[in-house]
Amino acid sequence: MNIVENFDLYAPRLVDKEEHFSAGHRACQGCGEALAIRLMCKALGKDTVIVNATGCMEVISTMYPTTAWNLPWIHVAFPNSASVGAGVEAGLKVLRRKGKIADRKVKTVCIGGDGGTFDIGLQALSGAMERGHDLLYVCFDNEAYMNTGIQRSGATPFGASTTTNPTGAASQGKNEWKKNIAEIIAAHNVPYIATACHSYPLDFMNKVKKAREVEGPSYIHCLTVCPTGWRTASEETIKLGRLAVETGVFPLYEIEEGKYRMTVKPDKLRSVEDYLKPQGRFRHLTPDSIQKIQDRVIMEYNKLLDKVENLHSWDELKG
Amino acid sequence: MKKEKKWPEDWQEVNPGCMVFRPGSAREYHTGSWRAQRPVYDNSRCIKCGVCYIFCPEGCISQDADGYFVADLDYCKGCGICAHECWPGAITMVEEG
Amino acid sequence: MSERIGMEIALAAAEAVALCRPDVIAAYPITPNTHVPEHLSDIVAEGRLDADFICVESEHSALSACCGASGAGARAFTATSSQGLLYMAEVVPIVSSMRLPVVMIIGNRALSGPINIWNDHSDIMSQRDAGWISMFAANGQEVVDMAVQSFKIAEHRDVMLPVNLNLDGFQLTHVVEPMMFPNQEEVDAFLPEYKPYAAVHPDNIVSMGTLALPEIFNECMKANDEVLKGSKKVILEVWKEWEEKFGRSYKPVESYRTEGAEVLLFAIGSMAETAEVAVDQLRDKGMKVGLLKLRLWRPFPFEELREAVKGAKVVAVLDRAVSFGGPGGPVFSEVRSALYDEKDRPMIISEIIGLGGRDVPVGDFVKIAEKAARVAKTGPEEEYEIFGVRGS
Repeated sequence: MNIVENFDLYAPRLVDKEEHFSAGHRACQGCGEALAIRLMCKALGKDTVIVNATGCMEVISTMYPTTAWNLPWIHVAFPNSASVGAGVEAGLKVLRRKGKIADRKVKTVCIGGDGGTFDIGLQALSGAMERGHDLLYVCFDNEAYMNTGIQRSGATPFGASTTTNPTGAASQGKNEWKKNIAEIIAAHNVPYIATACHSYPLDFMNKVKKAREVEGPSYIHCLTVCPTGWRTASEETIKLGRLAVETGVFPLYEIEEGKYRMTVKPDKLRSVEDYLKPQGRFRHLTPDSIQKIQDRVIMEYNKLLDKVENLHSWDELKG
Repeated sequence: MKKEKKWPEDWQEVNPGCMVFRPGSAREYHTGSWRAQRPVYDNSRCIKCGVCYIFCPEGCISQDADGYFVADLDYCKGCGICAHECWPGAITMVEEG
Repeated sequence: MSERIGMEIALAAAEAVALCRPDVIAAYPITPNTHVPEHLSDIVAEGRLDADFICVESEHSALSACCGASGAGARAFTATSSQGLLYMAEVVPIVSSMRLPVVMIIGNRALSGPINIWNDHSDIMSQRDAGWISMFAANGQEVVDMAVQSFKIAEHRDVMLPVNLNLDGFQLTHVVEPMMFPNQEEVDAFLPEYKPYAAVHPDNIVSMGTLALPEIFNECMKANDEVLKGSKKVILEVWKEWEEKFGRSYKPVESYRTEGAEVLLFAIGSMAETAEVAVDQLRDKGMKVGLLKLRLWRPFPFEELREAVKGAKVVAVLDRAVSFGGPGGPVFSEVRSALYDEKDRPMIISEIIGLGGRDVPVGDFVKIAEKAARVAKTGPEEEYEIFGVRGS
């Protein structure tokens, strides 16, 4: 049994007790995304407006006439979390400037799943990041279009079986590698980008706090385990997130003004098989495929370490 | 227009734009009825670390007067994360009768 | 005091919108509407308007950003045409069902394919059922006046619905006309500061855009329908106030020389002004012909229409859009449906003109009126006609 990855074993007790995302929401048992939202809201605090794309979280949390949100919240459609957020941010900014609302900072936070971020929502996200709005975009990545029943997305990893690229005599699941969204956002010169996972709650919450303070766009990519879609046991949600990090499949790092930094660095990477074996969506993988995945994970991890070592921050590069 | 309503409402009673002005009202729905198993706490082993509290997707675990953690069974869906993560092994999942 | 200025109507629309002090403008360029957002960004850049102009990366994001801004309690505006309107079409019914008072100016342009940047009404006709208040302007003065009126109507507490104002692309947007502009004090007196019913802000927590189960969805639709129908009362009040303050009157269906008319032409948008010349010519020849102009499209002006056609033998509805393989022009279908149960109803024929910016000169209106007079005696010749097509 693994002990929590950081030394602050008793730190959970110091975390803000208030639940801005209340119980009574209709997420599945063991939903990693619901947990991640709950943690994110704790880190954000009251002065936040949440802009939500259509997806699991929007559907399970706001069935009229009830809402699980103790924060102001708006949902419009699937591809436009970032553009609605841009409007909210601009509206709040102008109203504060004209003295029509209270003179204090209220952060706009856009949330969306991997569908609403990688695929259908990519245009709006790119536009909002490029325009430099003061908003935080958090992508909750459960690696498929879970709300519509586990269809393949650009975030689905190689070899995973989903309902739109299932395994069968003629197919071995998804044949393409996962899109690296953090790098796409880094190309937009966003001052703060981070990857996170709910299994490292304090790391995640610290990143959210840091992103909240940025005056400008920021992006956090949070891996969230979906027991329903990944075909895993509901109690293993946290364990699987930890394994994703420990095997190097989903490294946790920050890009702060161009400077890469690992925030959780396993001493030695575990074999990816430890991560793939408990998941029903990878059940069909042959040893060849597993090796292919292992090779690729090592390559991507080394690529990241290379960046951590060699790339400089924007300040350092000013010359 | 912004007060408690009956369900399902008449068309005249629906909030404009289906807006909801009662934050946290999801608590009216007790997801505890979904459970197939329930967490049982052995306080003799509990070290009051709060790991179960931080990892509960429902956020239904809280501290009692003595500082021990307990799950609110109105909302606990019985996912088993708390039992799985509790490293002193103070929580066991027990089948609902 | 109002000032009389000659300028391009699209720029005038932007000036009128700027007078209304929008807080957030999010728009994407598309011919022939581009000058509207462009000039607004000029006004903001010159420091004449304190607003945020978001250069969104698509029309879908334009209307989405307006939703966000309006949801935050700000006064939001956007403008588009044709393909842009279709690109934001996913969000169009959401704005009205969320009761966000966004104002949109549409420079009507033909829908592709084939791609055509010139004027017709197929773009707005595709959004008939979206739950917005929808109005047509026939000349520059109406654009200026109705732009200001739109904000007041949209934000009225009994309405809280988005409004789209339609003006013909190129035929109006790129035409220079003299117009009377109200000054800033007059507009401030007419249009008070926007006080939202609800706004996403931590000081008053609300969830907007929730999910409605089948148990409640029908009630939501009924509620929205009743609000849209009831908004006519507010529209008429606003028009009455405008007439008192500025001396120009507005009606849901305007009439021109309809006294004793047996043949009526029913026009929408700027074509009505050309049709007026045709009516004058025919009246000089002794024909009992008149013209009706549609101003209020949604909510549909049932009473005013039924009143306006009394006594006529035939009404030729001049659509600028066609419903392929269907009952012909969209406005024609609705006019006919509205008059079906009337005891003494005129014959109604559908003449579709000017698609894709095709010029419709006075002579064509004369021909249509003469055809209408003929079929009033002999009976209708076809379901509908796309008028002026070579080879037919």
